[in-house]
Amino acid sequence: MTLVSQAPAAVAAPSVVPVRTFPVPGRRARLARHPLARPGVLASFAVVLVILGWALVPELFTAADPLVGVPADKLSPPSAEHWFGTDNLGRDLYARTVHGTGLSLQAALLALGLGLVAGAVMGLVAGYFGGVVDSVLMRTTDVLLAIPGLLLSLAVVTALGFGTLKVAIAVGVAEVATFARVMRAEVLRVRTTTYVEAAVLAGARRSAVLARHVLPNAAAPILVLATVQLGVIVLAVSSLSFLGFGAVPPTPEWGSLVAEGRNYLSVAWWFTTLPGLVIAALVLAANRLGRVLEGRAHR
Amino acid sequence: MTGYVLRRLGAAVLVLWAAFTVSFAVLYLLPSDPVSIILDAANPGGTVDPEQVAELSARYGFDRPPLEQYLVMLGRAVTGDLGVSVTSGAPVSELLADAFPQTLALTSFALGLALLFGGAIAAASSWSRSTRLRGALLSLPPLGVSMPTFWIGLLLLQAFSFRLPIFPAVGNQGFPSLVLPALTLAIPLSAVIAQVLARSMRTAWDAPYVETALAKGASRGRVQWRHVTRNAALPALTLLGIAVGNLLAGAVVVETVFSRAGFGGLVEKAVRTQDIPVVQGVVVVGALVFVVVNLVVDLAYPALDPRIARTPATA
Repeated sequence: MTLVSQAPAAVAAPSVVPVRTFPVPGRRARLARHPLARPGVLASFAVVLVILGWALVPELFTAADPLVGVPADKLSPPSAEHWFGTDNLGRDLYARTVHGTGLSLQAALLALGLGLVAGAVMGLVAGYFGGVVDSVLMRTTDVLLAIPGLLLSLAVVTALGFGTLKVAIAVGVAEVATFARVMRAEVLRVRTTTYVEAAVLAGARRSAVLARHVLPNAAAPILVLATVQLGVIVLAVSSLSFLGFGAVPPTPEWGSLVAEGRNYLSVAWWFTTLPGLVIAALVLAANRLGRVLEGRAHR
Repeated sequence: MTGYVLRRLGAAVLVLWAAFTVSFAVLYLLPSDPVSIILDAANPGGTVDPEQVAELSARYGFDRPPLEQYLVMLGRAVTGDLGVSVTSGAPVSELLADAFPQTLALTSFALGLALLFGGAIAAASSWSRSTRLRGALLSLPPLGVSMPTFWIGLLLLQAFSFRLPIFPAVGNQGFPSLVLPALTLAIPLSAVIAQVLARSMRTAWDAPYVETALAKGASRGRVQWRHVTRNAALPALTLLGIAVGNLLAGAVVVETVFSRAGFGGLVEKAVRTQDIPVVQGVVVVGALVFVVVNLVVDLAYPALDPRIARTPATA
């Protein structure tokens, strides 16, 4: 009997309780779950923003001249006046790093753009047309992937000559295969969907189907890959610049800045350490943001 | 099994041929003028003599149609003749053979270190039940892949050659001179290995055979070593082929940082002087190493994982 008499109470209770214990997630709760609320992601975002600022308006971040030094101040350690210290000619290393950002980022973005566009077109054509076209294009990417990226870039640099632009092209060429692979896989996935089938049956031209239906739906993973590859590209560009195939000496560039400090390793730790730290920070931040985007794309 | 080996071998030869073709296309057919590059390399800033240009074009065969040039060079390359260095006049194959042992020692030592570090990080992170330790260990690989190789090298030089004079800063003399360069190459690679291995080990820990082993009373350590590591190592093996190619490319930078003689030093100098035949030789050998390592990995797979040998259709 006791069981029966208690039952109605147990049934009635939930009608009041849920409102209090499980409130609908509010604005604040949703904000807290946003990726930017995670400290690591926020810091990465800040690093990217600051470095973009350096690239776009370097004058805003430093008043010092990156090309003119004060010989009396040469090789002075980091201080309030010279944040990154000075180099062997008394030039402010912070100013040189900030002013070198534009050129280094331009090269990286150009390489990324080249790899992305060329790779996407290759992957799109291979995936959509299939057959012989697909086989030929994909065997080409196999070969490009078989040659270590940096060696392929070095071959392109040998043929084209030195300079920031040529380094960017060289790195971009080495990236084409990666983008082509992912694009092809995406196109193969999208091609079998019902909306593409419907468009083809409705009599749309192939080029229209590609541009209107396949490309937009295959684009997201490619853009995620682009953020992930940005780090790799920044490293490759700075490596070639470090080897001395980039900008001509007085012009600051990230890789060459580190190379200039090589001869002063024992007397000036800051000369190589701090510009290199900036490169590492950008790559770390780009990779972190890339992984966040990747996680959101997979959901 | 014989069919599998033959198919793999055929694919390897095909990739090698294609790599030669790509390097030929990039170095000789790009809108650049190889003759003037070679002349400029041999005699920087000198005046260009039209007679010399004609003579050089004839010697290298640049006056022939590209297809003929290509076939002649391919024919020579098959017999191991990769041409002659423009700057030194020495045969490219000889230069490569001289440089190879140094780079082989460096890259194989680095590979060993990377497997050790990467494996240890991955195993410790998947074995540990402390989320804090796991988090700390798994935050290392992203750091490792983000640092420029040359920067790691310079930091190590500063710390262990100049601050604490333990290792020599430059040169090729003996084992001590090998430690810092190998460490520099190993750090980014171990990060990649740790990432891949940690992921596959975590999947392996969730597998039914792990549960069975634990239920039968095996310790976590034994499960980690006998069951998880052995099963998780297979996917990581595929990584090895790519990793070795990257090691070779990394050696270019590292050998420059540490002023070591070797493959990297050779190609760095060749690019600087635009010594086209040497650069081509290095690219082809780079592809050769990649192809051989992948061939070995492909052939080792059936031995390590009997499931592959039994389904030849996937090969």
